[in-house]
Amino acid sequence: MSEKKFSKKHEWVSLEGDIATVGITKHATEMLGDIVFVEVPDAGKAIEKEGQAAVVESTKAASDVYSPISGEVTEGNKTIVDDPGSVNGDPEGASWFFKLKIKDKGELESLMSKDEYDKFCKENPN
Amino acid sequence: MGVQKTALYDLHKSLGAKFVPFAGYEMPIQYKDGIVKEHISTRTHAGFFDVSHMGQFFLEGDETLVEALEKIIPSDLKSLKVNHSKYSFLLNDDGGIIDDLIVTKTNKGFCIILNAACKENDIKHISKFLGKNHKHLLNNDLSLIALQGPKSVEILEKLIPGVSELKFMTGNNFNYDSESLYITRSGYTGEDGFEISISNKKVKKLIDFLINNGVKPVGLGARDTLRLEAGLCLYGHDLNEKINPIEANLKWAIAKKRKEVGGFNGWNKIKNLLTNGSEKIRVGIKPEGKVIARENTKIFSSNGEEIGFVTSGTFGPSVNRPVAMGYVKSEFSEIGTLIQLEVRGKKYEGKVSELPFYKKSYVK
Repeated sequence: MSEKKFSKKHEWVSLEGDIATVGITKHATEMLGDIVFVEVPDAGKAIEKEGQAAVVESTKAASDVYSPISGEVTEGNKTIVDDPGSVNGDPEGASWFFKLKIKDKGELESLMSKDEYDKFCKENPN
Repeated sequence: MGVQKTALYDLHKSLGAKFVPFAGYEMPIQYKDGIVKEHISTRTHAGFFDVSHMGQFFLEGDETLVEALEKIIPSDLKSLKVNHSKYSFLLNDDGGIIDDLIVTKTNKGFCIILNAACKENDIKHISKFLGKNHKHLLNNDLSLIALQGPKSVEILEKLIPGVSELKFMTGNNFNYDSESLYITRSGYTGEDGFEISISNKKVKKLIDFLINNGVKPVGLGARDTLRLEAGLCLYGHDLNEKINPIEANLKWAIAKKRKEVGGFNGWNKIKNLLTNGSEKIRVGIKPEGKVIARENTKIFSSNGEEIGFVTSGTFGPSVNRPVAMGYVKSEFSEIGTLIQLEVRGKKYEGKVSELPFYKKSYVK
């Protein structure tokens, strides 16, 4: 898999061939708290960059998950739908949200590296 | 007035609290452990909650004080014994709930615990009914600590002998660190526990003792999931001035005698509703699956007719499922009625459910 790229809305994406895996960051899960509900998109759904793609809810509130890139969903992660709490455990690994067939690799350019993202989080603590 | 802080603010900070503005106060919504762990540790062990933002309102006076208060509070205050508490409400002329409260008979009068967001307005309202010889004081020198959970009694008894003898919804004065403090056996979690009224000067010492005895701090987040599992209302969400006790399914909190004789604000309306029932009523709701129906979620009948709305909804960590409360047209209020909940534009199945979702273990 390629090196992870990060969005300002706290999603990560990594690329393998033309299939991108998308999830929410560790920082995002720390802000959300205990995750108790997840909704992921079905295979075949077309998603635009920065479009609403999934839902994550903690005991406190519901949040939308946006896609950092455009493409067609190939798979939603059913494991996290059945066990939402697992997202708190491994958000940047096994608890990815969905995979999609990437439309334009150029869109990755606008995203942040790990270092840039960490800096962004420090500057924007909320 | 700027943002207010309770006497324990610095302690909350040192315990890793995340703060939120709540009713004009900076209050901890959670600590390091997070809402689910705080919730579970309250149910299985014990947790403490700083609820010092709530109003501790003391009233003193002769028998005319009882008469004055009975005009706005539909409890049988005349028969209330010293050190006994009742859950009740302040009512407006239309029977709407201005606030829900716990009223305790004291030696000199009454103590009323008021919701933080309502306390200023409540006091204005209560004052209108008071006479010249009735004294009242909102005591801001006192903190209020809720200690909740099955281990509460064992732990507090070590520090303050005698508290284990209190029955649910009674209280008494106890000595602690050469000071008198008032403790009631009550709470807002569905667990056994205590509410401790203690001076701002001594509260830190009490909390240090609790922490050293394994009691975890619990924030407003878990307070909300605990009270919702216990089927208890949150003012401003499940209750407001446009909702009366009959609609709120709280007629049990109106004293039997008062239901017969009346003589309190909104009595005409309430008398009528007691006979004929109300158009809408508060019910428990279990959404199917994992979907969470939050406040303002629209409720539909199985035929697609809009029949109400959710007023509180979350995930219940102890019942391990989403739970909610809301108002539905009374004909749809029977336990087990199938309903639909509109979440993010999609309709999900749900059922009208018994309250509480989580069984209580009060000491009677």
